[in-house]
Amino acid sequence: MPYHVSEVLAELSLDSDVECHLVSSLSREKLIWMLERMFLTRYFEENAEALYTRGLVHGTMHLSIGMEASPVGSIAAIEKEDYIIHHHRGHGHTIAKGADLTRMMAEFLGKEPGYCRGRGGSMHIADIEGGNLGATGIVGSGLPTAVGIGLALQMQNSGRVLLAFFGDGAANIGEFHESLNMASVWKLPMVFICDNNQYGMSMAAEKSMNIRHVAERACAYGIPGVTVDGNNVLAVYQAVKSAVERARRGEGISLVENLTYRWRGHSKSDRNLYRTQEEIKEWQNNDPIIRFSKLLLRCNVLTRSELELLDHRCRATIEEAAEAALTFPEPDPQTMEAEVYAP
Amino acid sequence: MSMDGSVREITYLEALREAMIQEMRIDPSVFILGEDVGVYGGAFGVTRGMLEEFGPQRVRDTPISEAAIAGAATGAAIMGMRPICEIMFMDFVAISMNQLVNQAAKMRFMFGGKVKVPLVMRVPAGSGTGAAAQHSQSLESWFVASPGIKVVAPTTPYDAKGLLVASIRDNNPVLFMEHKLLYRMKGPVPEELYSIPLQKAEVKRKGEHLTVIAVSIMVPRALEAAETLSREGIEIEVIDPRTLKPLDAQTITDSVTKTGRVLIVHEAPMTGGFGGELAAVIVSGDAFDRLDAPIRRLAGRDIPIPYNRILERAAVPQVEDIVVAARELATQGR
Repeated sequence: MPYHVSEVLAELSLDSDVECHLVSSLSREKLIWMLERMFLTRYFEENAEALYTRGLVHGTMHLSIGMEASPVGSIAAIEKEDYIIHHHRGHGHTIAKGADLTRMMAEFLGKEPGYCRGRGGSMHIADIEGGNLGATGIVGSGLPTAVGIGLALQMQNSGRVLLAFFGDGAANIGEFHESLNMASVWKLPMVFICDNNQYGMSMAAEKSMNIRHVAERACAYGIPGVTVDGNNVLAVYQAVKSAVERARRGEGISLVENLTYRWRGHSKSDRNLYRTQEEIKEWQNNDPIIRFSKLLLRCNVLTRSELELLDHRCRATIEEAAEAALTFPEPDPQTMEAEVYAP
Repeated sequence: MSMDGSVREITYLEALREAMIQEMRIDPSVFILGEDVGVYGGAFGVTRGMLEEFGPQRVRDTPISEAAIAGAATGAAIMGMRPICEIMFMDFVAISMNQLVNQAAKMRFMFGGKVKVPLVMRVPAGSGTGAAAQHSQSLESWFVASPGIKVVAPTTPYDAKGLLVASIRDNNPVLFMEHKLLYRMKGPVPEELYSIPLQKAEVKRKGEHLTVIAVSIMVPRALEAAETLSREGIEIEVIDPRTLKPLDAQTITDSVTKTGRVLIVHEAPMTGGFGGELAAVIVSGDAFDRLDAPIRRLAGRDIPIPYNRILERAAVPQVEDIVVAARELATQGR
């Protein structure tokens, strides 16, 4: 069994005073940006799913519905000039890092104007100019590459940091160990962030590792490790912010684990045989977007009508992006060899 | 050039080191990482003395983590650095494969041409040192089958320097095979910085009766065999592809068109070896009609490299094997 929501809240929830303090310490603009990015991610994925159902999508997709607070809260803690590298369930990361939604939708549909000119698809969307160094489809494979990005940032005295995202499943591949070890001994300006949605495809995290939290592994690398309520965008923000500050001070890496849950199956072939509807419903009632919306209403950051307006605007933005992307041209097979090697 | 006009002679290993040193002096983005490359100077001594000149940031010792070494090179490369990573033995590259083949090789294409991955992976390869099955392989065929990676295998000190410089300057991942038995070979190498273009084979010896296409250590062995054969009146043309991918098919085709007979020699096992690709390139090209005999391959036996000296020697082609095969092929049907 994965965590019950009540367990997560009992163990990890922020004190309401702390939460209020966090809200008041952040600009209204920043808070609304976080909510907007979560809405956009949710609607992007719902729209993507609908396009798939209509038979308009060639490949597969990995939806992060229910997990939006993890990438958004994390990326809210870095600057525009900083970098991310992430994984196959990476729509939220891409949107939070500021991707153009039409080009993103175009890539999802495999179109020529897409971010990767239709070569990558949902699993590999990268926005290099925007500091999004791409999603890797092999679980954990982005981690060693991330070490190199962190190394370059350090050697170039860039002052920039890298957030390296991975899932609970990736915590069990060998490259995880090699990467955290190397990055920690070199004190690279990075934060390793685990989007722990509690399942590696069908394998429950608790069956795939003999510890309660991925973050406990931090002690093996002599680094700070923390597990937070991954459906609380401010808790995520606070933990990652502190890790980013440490990285910028030159003190090295940290491991932040955002405990969350994916509502949808692993991919389109998933029949959800490994979990119950009750369990899914329980977590659907712990919707990170609803929780944050309520908090912003309670703290008078937003009025109900402003919230509705934001919600509608995000929904419309995604619909427009999808409509535009559907009209885009397909790539030309003649040009494929030209991009394998750089001149 | 020295005062009397002769070119200085140094070893293959020194030529490799000189290429790295000279590139690092002019390009601050070039750095080395790998196991024991610092104070130890690398397992074979290729990076000896470099730590003293460039310091531990640019001659960077790593933990024993071949996946993370390859990943660190890949990530640094996409950020504008030009890493050279040394994997202590080519066999260990199996641990690096995911980063090389799934990350470094594919990132440019997969991300729509938006990144470049200029890294060099230096791999000491080959048998003959009594290092047995896990420290002796020649795994080039894995990499030529992976689009996005270039494969280079120099066979002289001159080529070692020029091709390593070109590989460092190339904007793609380059697997750079150094044969362990060649490290001590001496030859003329200019002191000044120069580069040899990739995808350019070289005719190492001219001959009219038979074309021998040899890979890595098999080039000097073929040249030695050529001396024996020449005394018998058989003149073999020895071609060193130097870059296995991308391949200079033209030089090969031109030679085969002239001689009509081809012997392909490599150390890696026959089955699935690079020789099969070379043979396919020849028979599917313009030289097919000029063939006077079937293409013959001489390669490693389909076994892991054994330890015992006699067994190890028998596992891969030797000079005398090339002499026998070339003699048979040169006279076949004449």
